[in-house]
Amino acid sequence: MKKSNGRKFAYTVLAWVVALLVFFPILWMLLTAFKTEKQAVEVPPLLFFHPTLANFAVANSRENYLHFAANSVIVAFGSTALALMIALPAAYAMAFFPGRRTKDLLMWMLSTKMLPPVGVLVPIYIIFQRLGLLDTRAGLVLIDTLMNLPIVVWMLFSFFRDIPGDILEAARMDGVTPRQQMVHLLVPLALPGIASTALLAIILSWNEAFWSINLTAAHAGTLAAYIASFSSPEGLFWAKLSAASVLTVAPIMVFGSLTQRQMVRGLTFGAVK
Amino acid sequence: MIRYTLAAAGMAALVGFAPSARAVTLTIATVNNGNMIQMQKLSPQFTKETGIKLNWVVLEENVLRQRVTTDIATHGGSFDILTIGAYEAPLWAQRGWIKPVDNLGAAYDYGDLLPPMKASLSYKGKLYAVPFYGESSFLMYRTDLFKKAGLTMPAQPTYAQVASFADKLNNPKAGVYGICLRGKPGWGENMAYLSTLVNTMGGAWFNMKWQPQLDSAAWQKAITFYVDLMKKDGPPDATSNGFNANLTLFEGGKCAMWIDATVAAGFLYDPKSDKYAADVGVARAPVGVTPHGASWLWAWALAIPSSSKKVAAADKFLAWATSKSYIQLVAKNYGWVQVPPGTRKSTYANPAYQKAAPFAATVLKVIDSADPLHPTMSPVPYTGIQFVAIPEFQGIGTEVGQEIAAALAGRESVAAALKKAQAATVRTMTEAGYIK
Repeated sequence: MKKSNGRKFAYTVLAWVVALLVFFPILWMLLTAFKTEKQAVEVPPLLFFHPTLANFAVANSRENYLHFAANSVIVAFGSTALALMIALPAAYAMAFFPGRRTKDLLMWMLSTKMLPPVGVLVPIYIIFQRLGLLDTRAGLVLIDTLMNLPIVVWMLFSFFRDIPGDILEAARMDGVTPRQQMVHLLVPLALPGIASTALLAIILSWNEAFWSINLTAAHAGTLAAYIASFSSPEGLFWAKLSAASVLTVAPIMVFGSLTQRQMVRGLTFGAVK
Repeated sequence: MIRYTLAAAGMAALVGFAPSARAVTLTIATVNNGNMIQMQKLSPQFTKETGIKLNWVVLEENVLRQRVTTDIATHGGSFDILTIGAYEAPLWAQRGWIKPVDNLGAAYDYGDLLPPMKASLSYKGKLYAVPFYGESSFLMYRTDLFKKAGLTMPAQPTYAQVASFADKLNNPKAGVYGICLRGKPGWGENMAYLSTLVNTMGGAWFNMKWQPQLDSAAWQKAITFYVDLMKKDGPPDATSNGFNANLTLFEGGKCAMWIDATVAAGFLYDPKSDKYAADVGVARAPVGVTPHGASWLWAWALAIPSSSKKVAAADKFLAWATSKSYIQLVAKNYGWVQVPPGTRKSTYANPAYQKAAPFAATVLKVIDSADPLHPTMSPVPYTGIQFVAIPEFQGIGTEVGQEIAAALAGRESVAAALKKAQAATVRTMTEAGYIK
């Protein structure tokens, strides 16, 4: 009994240490956001100080935070909705009517994620320019959809594979159309999986920086572009950058904590076990 | 069907396309430096005077460089005005990516611009970008520490004197290091300073046949001097120290001397940010065997990309933001010490500026002495003092900077680092067709 308690205590301590290590960068960013620029670079680092909100005021006055935040919300939710609209029927077909090349197709889709985005920057940039999509939210929704589509299809495919095919077959025998199967059977049965896929796609899109910076200018920049404006080669900027980062991660952290249960449930019940 | 149409319309409204504006609106891409942020804050005055609206895209220097290069190389047309450096101006002018800016109106006093700045932003004698603010490099030191040690800093020190001062003032136990220099690798980081050191030690990046000279005696001497000096009298872990880290160290009272950009003086002489503001002195950048290329020259300048369709409006903004009256406007709003330095003779002739910025006379001297067209003791086929104005230099400079940082960290010898750097540079220059 004693041995078991000791082990439990050790695991608890270990869990706390790991949790603190993971959380430390966020904690440090949070602390730095409330310091002055001088305090932010003090050696040894300051743990106790008189907090200031000045950095948040600067971060908000220098750039229009709400404009960038609105773009982030539109792009994250828009691209996720579009990716789901494409991925749901694709995953349905692959999971329940697999062809000879379905696995190859899935592998190919995943392999596209291995290409560094910078490798296709110039062609994508020229295509966007010709289509008038540069610096538009529509363009970012499109590119984020394309970026996340392989992962969304893979996850939905894995969740759908866990649903017994007999249920759908029975429905088909009763004359249910494929669309009705999707809407009335598949989606409700795989809802936790679909929800966690959507949440992951939203987070990936929210954090996407490369395309958000390179394909936008003054109108469609997301919060990633907002942060990129705060570091300076000449002059201190850590406190202001931390304040801007806090403003950027706060919405997605609140969103993540509100949907945590749903996400964990989906991830642990699905194939990404 | 109606449901789908409504959904599609909703999506379109949600996603939205960029709105078209009736009034002329310029999009300006710029870096996040103090003077640029001032310009952004004062720009409503320009809109009020001209009716031209402005959109700002502010990005970190390297991100901006990549972002703007992509747009300009593909004729994307996302920007009407760009903030570019002295490195890009001649290269982009040569490619036809930016327009000449030598006709900004009769009221624009081109003769008032500092000649070295004009030279660094010109290509084949034509100005392709107007300087917004400029800088050179010099030596900053703590007058109180010098006085206490009975030392006197000459107006034009030599590197031998600097090494001797550093030895005498180095006192790590008291938290003071003899000298602070850039150690962070990068073409615009440690290599900006080290290029000036190599120049003044009689070296150069390339000879007239574009053959790299990193294995020459001058490079060996300069880099050995730098590594030895920093190991003996510099702060620990200096390989992560760039401009900002050294600024923090100096302001924290940890550096007896610091050689870096003249723009630093604006921070160091400000009692609000530097508690040693009353004890700061400046001198010209130290020299070795030649004064050629001992101090660098850099300008952040405004240019108009060839893809812009609003050239007339962009010209107006350039004329406004780099004019004498803009400098007056900054002085009125932020004080004379905050005005963009290093661009106009009239700024340095102004008694109010001279009073507010005691370092101004030295800054003017080092800028005037910097000659980007003749940066080295022996003739070279390139222009630029702390950089070589060829497209390959960003990659070369960063790779060489990493090797030297490795030598500074003690991971390899100076000789080994320079041997590797030479081999890498020869390879790049051969692939690029400079070496036949």
